[in-house]
Amino acid sequence: MKALRNYLNKIKPHFEEGGKLHPFRSVFDGFETFLFTPETTATSGVHIHDSRDSKRTMIIVVLALMPCLLFGMYNAGYQNWLAAGATEFPFWQIMAYGCLAVLPTLVVAYLVGLGIEFAVAQWRGEEIQEGFLVTGILIPLICPVETPLWMIAVATAFSVIFVKEVFGGTGYNILNVALVTRAFLFFAYPASMSGDKVFVSSDTILGLGHNLPDNFTGATPLGQIATATGGDIAVTDIAGKAITSWDMFLGLIPGSFGETSTLCILIGALILLVSGIANWRIILSVFAGGAFMAWIANCFATPTYPASFLTVQDQLCLGGFAFAAVFMATDPVTTARTTVGKYIYGFLVGVIAIIIRTYNNGYPEGAMLAVLLMNAFAPLIDYCVVQANINRRLKRIKA
Amino acid sequence: MSLQLKIKKGLDLELAGKVESDKVEKVVIPDHIAIFPDDFPGLTPKLNIKEGDPIRKGQPLFHDKVHEEMNVVSPVTGTIKEIVRGERRKIIRIVIAVDQQNYDKGISQSVNPTDDESVIKLLMQSGMWVIMRQLPFGIIPDPQVRPRDIFIAGFDSSPLAPDFDVLLKDKVNLIVAGVELLNHLTDGKVYVTRRRGSRMPDIPGAEMIDIDGPHPAGNIGTAIANIAPVNKGEVVWTLSTITAARIGTMIRSGAIAPTSLVAVTGSEVKHPEFIRTLVGAPLKAILEGNLKDDDRHKRYISGNLLTGINVGPEGYIRWPFYQVTVIPEGDDVAEFMGWASLSPSKMSVSRSFPGHFLHRLFSPDARIKGGRRAMIMSGEYESVMPMDILPEYLIKAILSKDIDNMEKLGIYEVIPEDFALAEYVDTSKLELQKIVAEGLEYLRKETE
Repeated sequence: MKALRNYLNKIKPHFEEGGKLHPFRSVFDGFETFLFTPETTATSGVHIHDSRDSKRTMIIVVLALMPCLLFGMYNAGYQNWLAAGATEFPFWQIMAYGCLAVLPTLVVAYLVGLGIEFAVAQWRGEEIQEGFLVTGILIPLICPVETPLWMIAVATAFSVIFVKEVFGGTGYNILNVALVTRAFLFFAYPASMSGDKVFVSSDTILGLGHNLPDNFTGATPLGQIATATGGDIAVTDIAGKAITSWDMFLGLIPGSFGETSTLCILIGALILLVSGIANWRIILSVFAGGAFMAWIANCFATPTYPASFLTVQDQLCLGGFAFAAVFMATDPVTTARTTVGKYIYGFLVGVIAIIIRTYNNGYPEGAMLAVLLMNAFAPLIDYCVVQANINRRLKRIKA
Repeated sequence: MSLQLKIKKGLDLELAGKVESDKVEKVVIPDHIAIFPDDFPGLTPKLNIKEGDPIRKGQPLFHDKVHEEMNVVSPVTGTIKEIVRGERRKIIRIVIAVDQQNYDKGISQSVNPTDDESVIKLLMQSGMWVIMRQLPFGIIPDPQVRPRDIFIAGFDSSPLAPDFDVLLKDKVNLIVAGVELLNHLTDGKVYVTRRRGSRMPDIPGAEMIDIDGPHPAGNIGTAIANIAPVNKGEVVWTLSTITAARIGTMIRSGAIAPTSLVAVTGSEVKHPEFIRTLVGAPLKAILEGNLKDDDRHKRYISGNLLTGINVGPEGYIRWPFYQVTVIPEGDDVAEFMGWASLSPSKMSVSRSFPGHFLHRLFSPDARIKGGRRAMIMSGEYESVMPMDILPEYLIKAILSKDIDNMEKLGIYEVIPEDFALAEYVDTSKLELQKIVAEGLEYLRKETE
């Protein structure tokens, strides 16, 4: 490691003011601080600092997303095999297929997002920030596997620039960057974001997998329910078999790449909670809010809104709900920042997600919109909590 | 019946280099000392002496420009060796060559205060006034304002801080004398905090507060915020029992104590120990022969690791004169991918580090261990601040110089040290104490 350190020290002057590689200072900086903990020592205030930093925080989140990513890979392959009518499911082939299916999206998201981040850091003369490490992996996980790459690129660029950088970068954004990417895709290219084709990878990749016939249907359970008529909400998988609650929990169903497996999401949640990165108050209250609203909806189930027939448990397992609760609602920058505010914020995310999903047949899924809506309202919630603190202080003077 | 206070939020840092023995074996009388006007915030110094003058213990070195009777006095007898000035002739320090035989022979005050006014005058002239502080702002108290209450900290819960039971052994009668005098100066109460289970007895004339819990349990701001918070327009005085004992010494004998008991702490110290030395002694004399010879760059701190001053190897012990800490600087360490480290020697409140689960003593260096970021995580500051304050919002109000919101969010209740632990745990590595200090300074200038 010493040799590497010495090498970095040797080339460092080229990237500093006046060096011939100065336009790439932010890139060098980014890699240097990635490889070696900065030697900066405290100049004011406390003389010792906790070992955790924002790189640590982000890497734990990335780690927590790994079960979902790996499961997503398997599921992408599995759906392809299933749609082709296969009866045998060779594990490694399926994994390899899924990996190849998601890799281009992942690479495009990172290239576009990090490229913009590096450029902006260079332009502002700041250090490169880690926020996009998480965003870049979230984007493929919440999109349908068949999303065209150029759409991913456009949507990522849009949200990194207009949702994050114009507000000042990581820590200043009002809305969740990954979710805005998804919302941009959803509203700009609705045909590629919903329906019964986009959630299943339908071509062979490097000789792996199967070319599916044009007439297969692989709608998500929520998609099927939204278009169901009458009180019949039987949902089936691609092969036409009924999907049980257990399937919904395990996640071998069509859906956005990394969102289908509630089990893997819970493993991720465990990692986030044990390491103390995500706030348990938010996760708990999102599930509480969702369960509450699903129960109300179920009590007044009506054929006009077929999703209202879903049980509480199915509501929480289906679609992006659990993923939103664990990875989206807990984004520290865009949630409510006060302790009381977090309960209110989380509860409303849960309630609104189920309301949209159940009572708006145009949108089969509401978790994304619910989180974005509450992102916008989080400052208002905090404002009320802060005012309560201020009023306590004022009351003390009067007493 | 004493008040009971249980602190839940906070953090005790488990660090190597604590003084274990409570024996004082070493006495160090150095050949020179230094006094820093910066240690007396709120005072604008006007010199009473010039270089080469002989000086006696208790004789004024400088006084405040506004309150001319408010003196900072020499703790020893000797000669003014040097007056070191900085930019715009600001006085950095006054160096005094110590008369090593007669350092303790000085002038005495005649102590017979008859009314409150003469008590104030006595404290100001004897140099005892300037070692007290007030809330708001954490500055030397304004003699024209009668405080609502007086709060006296009876212990220090900072990392590696010495046990006041040792520092104040056999001095309870002096604290009692100090408290008795201070009782004249407020219409409210004199509160004295003590760690639950401490040997300190009840002090007559004071309301005792028994506090239990992790740091910042010993910070006087914690006690005030939980017992009787400071509202806008109110003033409380704050001091420690060590200061109270110094005042008591002056009342009983008319003379001031030239020495101070100092805890020498930190992971780079060979034998952490208590030594008795002069107020303002150079660190060289205090640390002589007691540093590890491990070729590491070292950081010399007067005070504790959270609020102390980085004074360097040539520095001096600064107010409040009872702790010196030496740790590795860490700028000579090339740590490969520290953010991914699973090393058990990394200290953290985060459960993502194995060290979090180990009951061991850590020896952290002075690196900030990350890059400075915008405020990203929420709730980190609150988790270590046992006050009804919303620290993130207060910090943001300070950064935007929004006086109205600073007041509403309780800036009068805090001083920088209340944010020290928050600064330690902050993943964004913001300089919170500096921000608060600058905010208080700004507010004081704007509201004067």
